[in-house]
Amino acid sequence: MEIDPFIFRLSIFVLSIFVGYYVVWSVTPSLHTPLMSVTNAISSVIIVGAIIAALAGNNNIILDKSSSFGFLAIILAAVNIFGGFLVTQRMLQMYKKKKKDKK
Amino acid sequence: MISVNLSATFYLISGILFILALRGLSSPETSRQGNLLGIMGMLIAVIVTFLSVGNFSISLAYVLLSLVLGGSIGAYIAFRIPMTAMPELVAGFHSLVGLAAVFVAIAAFLNPIAFNLGDVGSIKLASLIEMSIGASVGAITFSGSIIAFLKLKGVMSGSPITFKGQHYLNLLFGISIFLLVYFLCKSQSSTLFWIIILISFLIGVLLIIPIGGADMPVVISMLNSYSGWAAAGIGFTLENTALIITGALVGSSGAILSYIMCKSMNRSFFNVILGGFGGEATDDATKKNVEKKPVKSGNAEDAAFLMKNASSVIIVPGYGMAVAQAQHALREMVDKLKKQDIKVSYAIHPVAGRMPGHMNVLLAEANVPYDEVFELEDINNDFANSDVAFVIGANDVTNPIAKTDPNSPIFGMPVLDVEKCKSVLFVKRSLSPGYAGVDNELFYKENTLMLFADAKKKMTEDIVKNLD
Repeated sequence: MEIDPFIFRLSIFVLSIFVGYYVVWSVTPSLHTPLMSVTNAISSVIIVGAIIAALAGNNNIILDKSSSFGFLAIILAAVNIFGGFLVTQRMLQMYKKKKKDKK
Repeated sequence: MISVNLSATFYLISGILFILALRGLSSPETSRQGNLLGIMGMLIAVIVTFLSVGNFSISLAYVLLSLVLGGSIGAYIAFRIPMTAMPELVAGFHSLVGLAAVFVAIAAFLNPIAFNLGDVGSIKLASLIEMSIGASVGAITFSGSIIAFLKLKGVMSGSPITFKGQHYLNLLFGISIFLLVYFLCKSQSSTLFWIIILISFLIGVLLIIPIGGADMPVVISMLNSYSGWAAAGIGFTLENTALIITGALVGSSGAILSYIMCKSMNRSFFNVILGGFGGEATDDATKKNVEKKPVKSGNAEDAAFLMKNASSVIIVPGYGMAVAQAQHALREMVDKLKKQDIKVSYAIHPVAGRMPGHMNVLLAEANVPYDEVFELEDINNDFANSDVAFVIGANDVTNPIAKTDPNSPIFGMPVLDVEKCKSVLFVKRSLSPGYAGVDNELFYKENTLMLFADAKKKMTEDIVKNLD
C-alpha cells in the first residue's frame, strides 16, 4: 500500500516544529522584537496561495468571486512582507557594539 | 510553466532559507544577513508560484499591481513607524496575516478546482477540514490582533473587560466550531463555512478583551503563534511545503515566546489567557500603606549628586520609559556618567514593556551598544556590588515582595534584585502601585530616593544638566 501524501506533509510539519523549537530557543532575548517582526514577514508566504487564487480567474473575467479574494489577500500579504522585512532590517541596523571601531 | 516536482523543490529551498533567517537572530552580528536570507526565500517562493501557475495573461498585471500597492503601503509604514510604536505595529501585522489566511481559504473554497482540491460542492474531505481550520485560526488571529492593536494604541482601555459566564461562552463557541466543521464536511454548505468564519471572528475578540495591558507580551506572542498555525493550515490545503515549514516555525516561535513571557511572570499560560489580572482590588490597602510609611523623595540635583559619586550604576528601564520616549535622554545621561569613569550597564526584565524585547529595541534606537544591555539572569548578581540602581518606568519587576510574601499575587515571579544596590533612584509619577496592583515596598526602603516626575524624560534631562 502506498503512503498517503498527507502523511509526508505531516512529517514535514512535525519536523519543522522541532526545528523551530531549537532555532527559536537559540535566539538571543535582546532580538525578540525583530524575531516577531520577521516571523510575521515570513508567515506572509501565504501570498503563494493568494497568487494562485488571483491567477485562477479565467481570461474573460479577471475578477470573479474567488479571484477577488485572492487579490485582496495579495495586498494584505504584500503589506506584511515588505513592512515586516523592512522594519526588521531597520531595527537590526540599530543594534551596534561599543564604538571601538568607530572613529 | 514548471513541473510540480521542480516547484516543490524550490518551495523546500525557500522554507530552508526561512529557517536560516531565524537562525541568524542568535546574534546581532548574523541577524542582518539572516534577514536577507528571509527576503531571498520569499522572492523564490513568489517567483516559483508565478512560474508554476504559468498564467501570463492580463491577470498577472493585476497581481503585480496588487503586489506593488500592498508593498508600498508596507514599505511606507516600515520607514515611518516610530520605534516606540513597535508593539502595535506587530499586532497590526499579525491581523493582516490572519485576514490573508481567511481570504485565501475563502478563495480556495469558492474555486477549489484552481487549487486541485476537487469540484465546488465536492471538495476533498481532508482539504475541507484543513481549510476550515486555516480560516478559523486565521479569523481568530485577525480579530484578536485588532483588539490587541487597539489596546496597545490606547484607543481601547488596557484594563481587562470581563463579564459573567465569559469563559463558558468562549467554550461554547469553541465547541460549536468543531460541530460546524463536522456538518460542513457532510453538507459542503457555503453558509456553514461563512458561519465558521464569523464565529471565529467573535472568538478572537472575546479571547483578548479580558486580558490586561501588561499581559500584552504574552498576547502578542500568542497571536504570533496563531498566525503561524493559520499559515500551516492553509499550507496543508495548498499542499505547499514552504507554507507548512513556515507555519510550523512561526507557530513554535510564538509558542516559545509566550512560554518565556509567562515564566517571567511566574504565571501559567491559562492564568494569563483567562484574564482579569490586575486592577483595583488592592487599592485601599495601598492607600493605607502610603499614609503609614515615610518616603524619601529627591530632585534631579540629588540624583545627579548620587550618581556622580558612584563607581557603578545599573539602569532598569520599563514600559514607562517607552511611554515617555525617554531613551535618548537616558543615553545622554549615561554618556555623561561614562565620561566620569562610572561603569554603567542596563538590566532588562523579560516582561519589561509591552512585547518581548521591547526595551532592547528602544535602547538600540538610542544608540546604546547591545553589549552593555543585560538580561535578568546575567546581571542580577551585580546589583549587590553596584552603587546606584536607576529605575525608570519599571515597577513590578523590581518589587522584592515577589521574593518574600507568599500571599502576594506576584510571589515567585523572578525580579531584579534592585534593593541590593547601595542606593536606588526611582523615577516615577507617584507612589501608585504597578500593573499587578501591588504596593512596591522598595519605595519605602531606607536607601531609596524617589524622583517624582510627571515626565520621565524631563527628569532625565534635568539630571543631565546637573551632571556637569
